[in-house]
Amino acid sequence: MTAPLDLDEVPPSLVSSMSARRKFKNGLATTWLVVSVIVALVPLGLVMFYVIQRGSAVFGIDFLTADIPVSRRALGPGMGPAVLGTLLITGAATLMAVPLGILGAIYLNEYGGKGRFASLVRFMSQVMTGVPSIVMGLFIYTVWVLTFGQSGFAGALALACLMLPIVIRSTEEMLRLVPDDLRQASFALGNRKWRTIVTVVLPASIGGITSGCMLAVARAAGETAPLLFTIGVVNSANPNLFDGPNTALSAQIFRNAQIPFTGPQDRAWGAALTLILLVLILTVAARWVSSRFAMKQA
Amino acid sequence: MSIDTSTELGSDERAASMQAEIEGTRRAGRGDRFFKGLALASGCLVLAILALIAGSALYESWPAFQQQGISFITSSDWNPNQNQFGALAFIWGTVLSSLIALVMAVPVSIGIALFTTELSPRRLKTPIGFVIDLLAAIPSVVYGLWGIAVLAPNMEPIYQGISESVGSVPGLGWLFGPPAHGTSFMTAGMILAFMITPIITSLSREVIQTVPRQQREAALALGATRWEMIRGSIIPWSRGGITGAVMLGLGRAMGETIAAALVIGSSAQITTRIFANGDSMAAQIANQFAEASGVFRSALIGLGLVLFGVTILVNVSAQRIIHRFDRKMVRS
Repeated sequence: MTAPLDLDEVPPSLVSSMSARRKFKNGLATTWLVVSVIVALVPLGLVMFYVIQRGSAVFGIDFLTADIPVSRRALGPGMGPAVLGTLLITGAATLMAVPLGILGAIYLNEYGGKGRFASLVRFMSQVMTGVPSIVMGLFIYTVWVLTFGQSGFAGALALACLMLPIVIRSTEEMLRLVPDDLRQASFALGNRKWRTIVTVVLPASIGGITSGCMLAVARAAGETAPLLFTIGVVNSANPNLFDGPNTALSAQIFRNAQIPFTGPQDRAWGAALTLILLVLILTVAARWVSSRFAMKQA
Repeated sequence: MSIDTSTELGSDERAASMQAEIEGTRRAGRGDRFFKGLALASGCLVLAILALIAGSALYESWPAFQQQGISFITSSDWNPNQNQFGALAFIWGTVLSSLIALVMAVPVSIGIALFTTELSPRRLKTPIGFVIDLLAAIPSVVYGLWGIAVLAPNMEPIYQGISESVGSVPGLGWLFGPPAHGTSFMTAGMILAFMITPIITSLSREVIQTVPRQQREAALALGATRWEMIRGSIIPWSRGGITGAVMLGLGRAMGETIAAALVIGSSAQITTRIFANGDSMAAQIANQFAEASGVFRSALIGLGLVLFGVTILVNVSAQRIIHRFDRKMVRS
């Protein structure tokens, strides 16, 4: 990068001017790095400020439990059905995606290893994390909704498709961290491979797996696009995931954000606050779980 | 243990116990095979879903492609009432808004990554990581709500100011000329930039952390300033990995739906003027699909298929670049 300088041969004036230019460039670069961090803080701060300020004006027990007003322009609270819908749909998606994702990761790390087929699956699951969420929604629409109609379950299927590759990826990384000694010790005790995996490998990595799954759940809970055409819309709570349309916080934010009246705008901000609280709790809990278990291992 | 007991047993009973032991082994073997099969099936599920997405989208969008032919991606006449489906304007909107997002997000993301690895005091690293996590955790619909309710109305006068002052300058007018709307390519690009910054940052940070200590120290020992060390040691080493990270960000920006649907302005047009209303593939699907039927619906699913194809392409190349980078690291 820098040509070797023989300081004795270079006139002092030149040294100082060159080093001034280098100093200036270095200062400019340092400024760039610091400004980058500040620039990233600005949108985060602004979004959080508005969500808390405008959301807390309507947030409360009433808001979390009351039905959604039938008249879209009406003032007043009500996101109860959406809160229930988000919890149920995300929960059902988790029940589908987490076991399948963990099993898939077990295949990749414990059975497939570096084989050609496992490499293909690993590559494709990484590619699958990049599939746009709206494409997942269209997919479930064509293979499920066209035949069985809109329901909470259809939305859960779409979210599960989104979560699956995330769970596989994070779980595989955690399984890779489990030392081989543990597996060999278990084999030496006469354990079969599947017992080794279930009783030794999984418990050893359960902290990391849990935190990865929680992050996947947080991501899914905030998704809107996969739900738009799969769950429909209702104004009163529908606790049955398999029958009839449902609704969710994210879908309600999207609908209400487009209506330029005070009532729906308030409800959109309130729903945004609820959703962010849910997602943040999951994210912080995931960090806590992983740091706690990481300490235990050390 | 089984040997001890078998000496006291008669030959019939001994045979029976051996039989049982073999059965047991076989059953355990079956358990193993069953578990392996289960794991393998879950792994195959990923391939099955990807194939099904492509297959079902192709099947459902076939009527539109049949009617429209190649002009589906070369024409910009999109008129559902007259059965005209040329999607070029949406493709343009997706490309333009994603490019704006990259122009804004890449320098900031790499800056943050370099800050945390090269400049930051140790106790700042965790909080900055947390901030990046939070940026990633905010749901896209919340960014969209903030964008349409706060950002777009506040940016409109700024856009108008820029547009009025430099709109008549020949080169700049091409980019910044009027019209100037709050909901525009520019606003969509800004929101997308917030959303892809965490992805590019965390991946670049991982890549930069793999730069060997000797490389940095060698540069510093030659008297390099921090910036010269970054340019001479860190950038050449991690260029491939950072390119992969940027491409993953691009893939995410192109596929992002809800935030773009709320702030892009929902009026498809091909223009280089970034303050104009626009529309993107994902936004068009999100805004129109509920009311669409017949060939219109096929065409929207066709948009989804094009989007799927492009994002898969971008992601596959990104993963390849990152893989190559990984291999380089193993070798050295």
